[in-house]
Amino acid sequence: MQILIKNGRVIDPEQKVNKISDILIERGKITRIAPSIKAKADKTIDAKGKIVAPGFIDMHAHLREPGQEDKETIETGLTAAAAGGFTNVAAMPNTEPACDNQAQVKFLLNKASDARKGKIIPICAITKNREGKELTEMAELKDAGCPAVSDDGDSVSDAALMRRALEYASMLDMVVISHCEDKALAENGVMHEGYWSTVLGLAPIPAEAEMNIVKRDIQLAELADARLHIAHISTKGSVELVKEAKKKGIKVTAEVTPHHLTLKDEDLKTYDTNLKVNPPLRSAGDVKALKEGLKDGTIDAIATDHAPHLENEKEKEFDYAPFGMIGFETALPLAAMKLIDEKYLDWTKLIEKFSTNPAKILGCEGGTLKEGKAADVVIIDPEKEWVYEKKLIKSRSSNSPFIGWKLKGAVTDLLVDGRIVVKDGEVV
Amino acid sequence: MKKRSIKWTKKHLLGIEDLSREEIELILEQAENFKEILKRPIPKVPTLRGKTIVNLFCEPSTRTRASFELAAKRLSADTLNVATASSSFLKGETLKDTARNIEAMKIDMIIMRHSCSGAPHFLSSRVNATVINAGDGTHEHPTQALLDTFTIKGKLGKVEGLNISIIGDIAHSRVARSNIWALKKLGAKVTVCGPKTLMPAQIDKMGVKVTYDIREALEKADAINVLRIQLERQKKNLFPSIREYVKRFGINKEKLDKFAKKNLVLMHPGPINRGVELSQDVADGEYSVILDQVTNGVAVRMAVLFLLSQIKE
Repeated sequence: MQILIKNGRVIDPEQKVNKISDILIERGKITRIAPSIKAKADKTIDAKGKIVAPGFIDMHAHLREPGQEDKETIETGLTAAAAGGFTNVAAMPNTEPACDNQAQVKFLLNKASDARKGKIIPICAITKNREGKELTEMAELKDAGCPAVSDDGDSVSDAALMRRALEYASMLDMVVISHCEDKALAENGVMHEGYWSTVLGLAPIPAEAEMNIVKRDIQLAELADARLHIAHISTKGSVELVKEAKKKGIKVTAEVTPHHLTLKDEDLKTYDTNLKVNPPLRSAGDVKALKEGLKDGTIDAIATDHAPHLENEKEKEFDYAPFGMIGFETALPLAAMKLIDEKYLDWTKLIEKFSTNPAKILGCEGGTLKEGKAADVVIIDPEKEWVYEKKLIKSRSSNSPFIGWKLKGAVTDLLVDGRIVVKDGEVV
Repeated sequence: MKKRSIKWTKKHLLGIEDLSREEIELILEQAENFKEILKRPIPKVPTLRGKTIVNLFCEPSTRTRASFELAAKRLSADTLNVATASSSFLKGETLKDTARNIEAMKIDMIIMRHSCSGAPHFLSSRVNATVINAGDGTHEHPTQALLDTFTIKGKLGKVEGLNISIIGDIAHSRVARSNIWALKKLGAKVTVCGPKTLMPAQIDKMGVKVTYDIREALEKADAINVLRIQLERQKKNLFPSIREYVKRFGINKEKLDKFAKKNLVLMHPGPINRGVELSQDVADGEYSVILDQVTNGVAVRMAVLFLLSQIKE
């Protein structure tokens, strides 16, 4: 099958390309990128006025399968991800049971394959059953298809174990993705500690609960000479720690969520449980530091931390609701509105954060439109204005505080291995 | 009977933070009127006849619940008490379902106390009835602050320009927060005092002075509001022992005679841990207006019920 994408602005930071070009796709691979391609294609997509980029890779999402299929399945999750421009989704292992064995990795890959939407990147647990006690068989997991490990949802509280995990993973050239949270400092907090937690009377989580573990893990990564990736970075202090570490040549990378760039602790005054996330929404100063961190390269990637929850779980008193919000379908417009419109990044840099860098960090396929590589392509209309309505949501859950928001920037088409998954804004 | 130029426009009473100075003064004025009515041989008016007011208390309460019930009855409303400790809450029924089920029996107002901050906000957007916050977590206890300021005004003639100190576990106190809002809006100068471990983040940004020295809190104060210390907090290392807390922050006659003004007004929202935040001799002593607070509470709550009942859907 030949597909020709015409007249779009092709932006591929990996190849340093930013130019109006045509792309020819054959048998699921990128065949050619050139200013004007004349070819008889089975399908032609006119991308005039649009941006054509390597399909986004979400480094951090919760697909809930196996165990909580009422919230989301691999199929519904990848469908929602596709609608949001993601051709690849890294699935965190805090499922039921946890993903800590090769059989489960194969299960995830098969489910994704059956769904025929985007591709799944299984992330396996650092410790067996995420209990924080014994290492998983990382070599076997890598062979099964896992490029990285994480106990996301929890930190590895035993520092000695975290050190060994970093050493062992690095031997296999696997990156350790760390959810940095000192549970002792966080206590039973539900929002960022500051003026607003005081005014709202909600139990506080100090910034230091994150910074403490970021600091620890960076030092351990240095000791182990290992690659460390900080998940959902949220505080100014953590950004500074990562910046200093990078200066010293420590192999640390970091990601940030679109909601941490868009919302702040003050927004919790409505007590909307869809704003209850971990790490919590931080202060205005932290939000600014996150944007600066993306601008100066301290933060390498944008990842959604898509976390579906049932309506009846969220329709509760703030303290009782679970943490998390969905994020696939709003990631691009929010990032564009907060970073491009506010002049922190241009489109090339934004695509680096969504595609190029995630591929590099995970060491997986994708993040490029290089000739010969898989045709994972996203086409974006950067000017399209739309309202995020509940009925449009493809995810099985709808726990998003952005419902009703006017957004700018939309995915119009998506190809995965050259297969059209999204056409004219609709998932096929 | 004094009449103000402003009208009450809010459907719910969720906190003092959203009230204007004029709105607070309107409530206090109405309370003055109702205080007079409570002195009559038959302390009852037909104002809320036909209205049904539900007390939905998801946390224990003596004063607040009795006070609201009496206030409603004095206004001739029909009252209903739902204590969740003996309700289907124990069977796992959600707050939303509980409230909606009760509302289906055609009621007008829900007065709720809940251990979660924000619960009244949550409820107010899920039911049609008027919602009154009788204390939510560590967030607000608006009617307490209203009766506290009413009491200060009654004893000292005004609130503006006075020095008021709030002493105790500020971090976990909804009474402290509501009082800070009310006192600041009415022009008082507020000091908060307690152990540093029980002082919430950036509270100075609410416009209060912070001190960990009881002497400083007492010296210029015209009135002090002493808060109950929850003895379980000692287990969480928020203070090393009750003994030390009492020594440093407990109010006793010796400290008052040494540091406080002669006509100091001493308040406490209750219930008192006798011998902890207040010594035996001070709790019932000359400075204390604690029982006046309770008496005033009924009048203030009558005012609140009256004003809110005027707002139609």
